[in-house]
Amino acid sequence: MSDLPAPLRLARDGYGLGAGDLEAVLGAALARGADFADLFLERTTQDSVALEDGIVKSGDRHVAQGVGVRAQVGERQGYAHTDEITLESLRLAAGAARTIAEGSGGERAVAVRAARAPHDLYPLATAPTDVPVREKIALLGEIDAYARGRDPRIVQVMASVVSQQRSVLIASSDGGIASDVQPLVRVNVQVVAEDARGRRELGYQGGGGRVELAAYLTASGWRPLVDEAVRLALLNLGAGPCPAGTMDVVLAPGWAGVLLHEAVGHGLEGDFNRKGTSAFAGRIGQRVAAPGVTVVDDGTLPGRRGSLNVDDEGLPTQRNVLIEDGILVGYLQDRLNARLMGMAPTGNGRRQSYQHLPLPRMTNTFMLAGQDDPEEILRSVDRGLYAANFGGGQVDITSGKFVFAVSEAYRIEGGRLGAPVKGASLIGNGPDVLTRVRRIGSDLQLDHGVGTCGKEGQSVPVGVGLPTLLIEGITVGGTEG
Amino acid sequence: MSEGPLRQALARAQRRGACAADAVLVDSESREARVRGDEIEFVTQERSRTLGLRAFVRAPGGLRVAIGSTTDLAASTLERLVDETVELAGATAPDPCAGLPDGGFATELPELGLIEPADRSVPLEARIADARRAEAAARAVDPRITNSQGSDASSSFTRVAFGNSEGFFGEYESAYHGLTSMPVAGADGAMQTDWWVSIGRSLAALEDPAAVGRRAAERALRRLGSRRVRTCRVPVVFEAITARSLLGHLAGCVSGAALYRKTSFLAGKLGHAIASEAVTVVDDGRRPAGLGSRPFDGEGLPTRRTMVVERGVLKSWLLDSYAGRKLGLPPTGSASRSPGSAPSASSTNFWLEPGRSSLAEMIAGTERGLLVTWLFGHGFDPVTGDFSRGAAGLWIEDGRVAFPVHELTIAGNLGDMLAGIDAVGSEVEWLGGVAAPPLRIASMTVAGE
Repeated sequence: MSDLPAPLRLARDGYGLGAGDLEAVLGAALARGADFADLFLERTTQDSVALEDGIVKSGDRHVAQGVGVRAQVGERQGYAHTDEITLESLRLAAGAARTIAEGSGGERAVAVRAARAPHDLYPLATAPTDVPVREKIALLGEIDAYARGRDPRIVQVMASVVSQQRSVLIASSDGGIASDVQPLVRVNVQVVAEDARGRRELGYQGGGGRVELAAYLTASGWRPLVDEAVRLALLNLGAGPCPAGTMDVVLAPGWAGVLLHEAVGHGLEGDFNRKGTSAFAGRIGQRVAAPGVTVVDDGTLPGRRGSLNVDDEGLPTQRNVLIEDGILVGYLQDRLNARLMGMAPTGNGRRQSYQHLPLPRMTNTFMLAGQDDPEEILRSVDRGLYAANFGGGQVDITSGKFVFAVSEAYRIEGGRLGAPVKGASLIGNGPDVLTRVRRIGSDLQLDHGVGTCGKEGQSVPVGVGLPTLLIEGITVGGTEG
Repeated sequence: MSEGPLRQALARAQRRGACAADAVLVDSESREARVRGDEIEFVTQERSRTLGLRAFVRAPGGLRVAIGSTTDLAASTLERLVDETVELAGATAPDPCAGLPDGGFATELPELGLIEPADRSVPLEARIADARRAEAAARAVDPRITNSQGSDASSSFTRVAFGNSEGFFGEYESAYHGLTSMPVAGADGAMQTDWWVSIGRSLAALEDPAAVGRRAAERALRRLGSRRVRTCRVPVVFEAITARSLLGHLAGCVSGAALYRKTSFLAGKLGHAIASEAVTVVDDGRRPAGLGSRPFDGEGLPTRRTMVVERGVLKSWLLDSYAGRKLGLPPTGSASRSPGSAPSASSTNFWLEPGRSSLAEMIAGTERGLLVTWLFGHGFDPVTGDFSRGAAGLWIEDGRVAFPVHELTIAGNLGDMLAGIDAVGSEVEWLGGVAAPPLRIASMTVAGE
C-alpha cells in the first residue's frame, strides 16, 4: 500500500521519477529568469482493427511515450521534447527549453504538491485497450454482414474500431501536479451504395467517447451506426444538385454544432484575441448573437469525447459560457494567454501530444436549447434549405469567414421537407451569423462522438451540439442557379 | 545504429511465427521558431525515433497481417511490441492479396539531393534571424500591415531506415526547411490575413526571407476592402497555390485503395479521357531535391516517374503492392509509410505540366470571372467528384482585376472541372510535393449574395 497521491505514484511507478526529480527539472527550466515552467509526461497506447471488402484486413497497435519541458518568459515560450524519459534527458530538455530566457540566475527551488482530482468523468471498468482484440474483430464481422444484408445496393463496407488509453502527468513550477488517464473509443462505419446505372454514393456514421467499448459491442450499440450509414448512402443515390445562393437555412440538432465550432468557437480562443488577430477581438460585452442565443464550452460532461478531468496544463476543466443571451461574455484560455490578458485560465489548455505546445482549444461546444417546437420551426420557412448532416468545417479567424460541408440536405418548400439535395458547402461570417438566428428549438442534442479539431497542425478530440436552428440568409454553395 | 533495432525486430518476428515482415525506423530531429512583431513567440526542439513493424502470418487462403509501432525503443518494449504484433496478426482474417511485394526491391539508391549536411550545423539563432527578417519585411510593406500571426522558421532532419525479411535493407536522409509569414492587414475596421511560404531540402533553396514576408504582406493587403458578388456562373482562374489544391484532390482519386474500394469517381476510367487536352499530370518520386522525393517507397520498391494523365487521358494509377494485387496491376513504387500505419499509395512529386499562358494573359482573356487566391473547407467528395469549397480572391471585369471578393463558394464536379480547363499557366510553383501552374476553368458556379 502506498499513500502517495496518484500523480506522484504514476511518476514513480510509470517513469521511475521521484518528486525531487520533477522539482529539480522544473527548477532547471526556470534558470535564467523564466516566469513559469512545466513538464508533460505522456504514454498513449492505441489499437485499431479495420475491415474492408469483407476482410478484417489489418490490426495495429501503437505505443507513444515521451516528455515535453516548457519554459515561459513574458510572451515567449521555449519547448523541448524527447521520447526518452530519464532524469538525464529531462534535464537536457529543460536546458533547451530555457534558451528563450535571456536573464541571469541559477536553478530555482520548486516544491510540487498534488491537488485532489476535481472530477472523475470517465470511470471505466475496462480500459478500451484491454478489451480483447477478438471481440473488436467479431464486431467488424457483424457490422459487415448486417450492412450488406440491409440492401443489395450496398457494394462496399468499411468499418473500424479504434481504442485509445492516454495517461498524462503534468507538473508545473507553481507547485501543481496532476495526472489523468483518458480512455477514448471510436467505431466508424462507411458504406458505398451503387445503383443500377453505376452511380455511387458514400454513407458514413461513427460513434464514440470516453466510454466503455462494451456499449458498442451489443447490437443496440452498433446497429444504429450501420442503419444511419446505409440510410445516408441510399438517400444520396437519389439526391439532386444543391441550389446556390443566399437563403434561409434550418440546421438539424446535434452535429450541426460544427457551425458554432467554426463560426464562433475558434474566434473566441484566447491566443487570437490576445494578439488581436480574431474578428472577435475586443468585443467582450458586445452583442454578437440574437437574443436567446447562449453558447457554452463545457469540458465536464461525463463520458463525452471532448471532456477531460484536467486539461493538458494540469488545470481542472470547467463549464465556460462564451455567449450569454446574445452578448459575448468569455474567451477560452490556456495559462499563457490568460496571464497575458489578465484573465483566469479556463481549463482549455490542450495539446495533441507531448510533441506539441499547449494552445487554447475547445472541449464540447454547444448552444443551449430554446423554446421553439422544431416542427414549427420547419413550418415557418417557405423556401430554404434543411441541413441535416455535415462533414468538416474551417474558419479564417481574422476575416471571420467560415465554411462547412453539408453531407445531407433537403430543399424546404412551403414549410415542408422537399427533395434531397447533394452536399454543398455553407459559407458565412462568424461575427454576424448568429445575429441572424430567428428561432431556437427546444431539442438540444450533442453529437455522436466523432469530432476532431485541427489547429496549428495539432488534432484534439472535441464535441459539438445544437438545437434545431433557423438562420436567416446563409450562402449555400451548390451548383443550381 | 539504425540497422540494429530493425534487424532485431525482423528476426524476432520470424522466430515468433511470422512468415514475412518489414520494418521501418524513422529518426528525426527538428526545430522551429516563431517571431511575431519584435518578439520571439516560441522556440521548440525535438528528437524522436519511431519504429514500425508489419508482420505476416501464413494461413489457409492467404496471409494475416498486423502493424505495431513504438517510440519507446527499450529492448523489453520492442520485444513485447513484436510479440503483440505477431499475435495480433494471428487474429485478423487471411487475405489472398496481403504480403510483401513480389520482389523488385530497389537495388541502387540514387542521390536525390534531399539534404545538405552542412545545414545541420546552422544554429537555431540563424533561423530565428530569418523569421525576424520575414516578419520585419512584411510589416515594412505598408502601414496597413497592422498585425501578424507571426513568421515561422523550421528545419527538420530525418533518417529513414527500412528492411524486410527478404533481405532488403535501405536507408536515406532528408531535410525539410520552411519559412512562413502570416501578416494581418487592417483598414476601416476590417482585417484580412494571408500567407506565403518557401520550402526546400536545403537552406540555400529557400527564398530570401524578406521576399517571403513582402509577398505575404502584399497578398494580405490586396484582400482589404473585399466585398461579395451575386451568385453566377463564370470562368474561374486559379493561382498556382489554389490550382495545387485541385491537383491534391486529383492525386487522392488516382491512388491505391480508393480504386478497389470504388471510393474514387475515377474508378474504372483508366484509358479514358478525364480532362481537357491541356492537362498532363506526372508523378515522379525521383525529382532532384523534390519535396516528395525518396529513393525507395514504403515497401522498399524503387520510386519512379509515372505518367498519370497524358493530354487528358488517364494513363496510370499510383499503386502500392496490395492495391496492385487487388486490381491485377503491378505496383508503381508509390507506397508511403509512416511507422504506425500500413503502406498505402500516395503521390510523391505530383504536378500538372506547365502550358503556355501567363497568369496575366489568363486574366486578360477573361471578360468577367473570378481569380481564386484562397480556398478553404473540406467540401470535396472523392466518390462522386462533387466539389464545393469556400473561396476568396479577386473579381475580374473586362479582363482586369477590379476588386477583391470574399465569402463565396465555388462549386462543380471535379470531372467537369478537369474537362473544363481551357488554359494552363507556364510556371509551376513548388510549395510541397503537389504542384501546379495557374489554370482556368471555363465555367463554375460561384455562390454569393
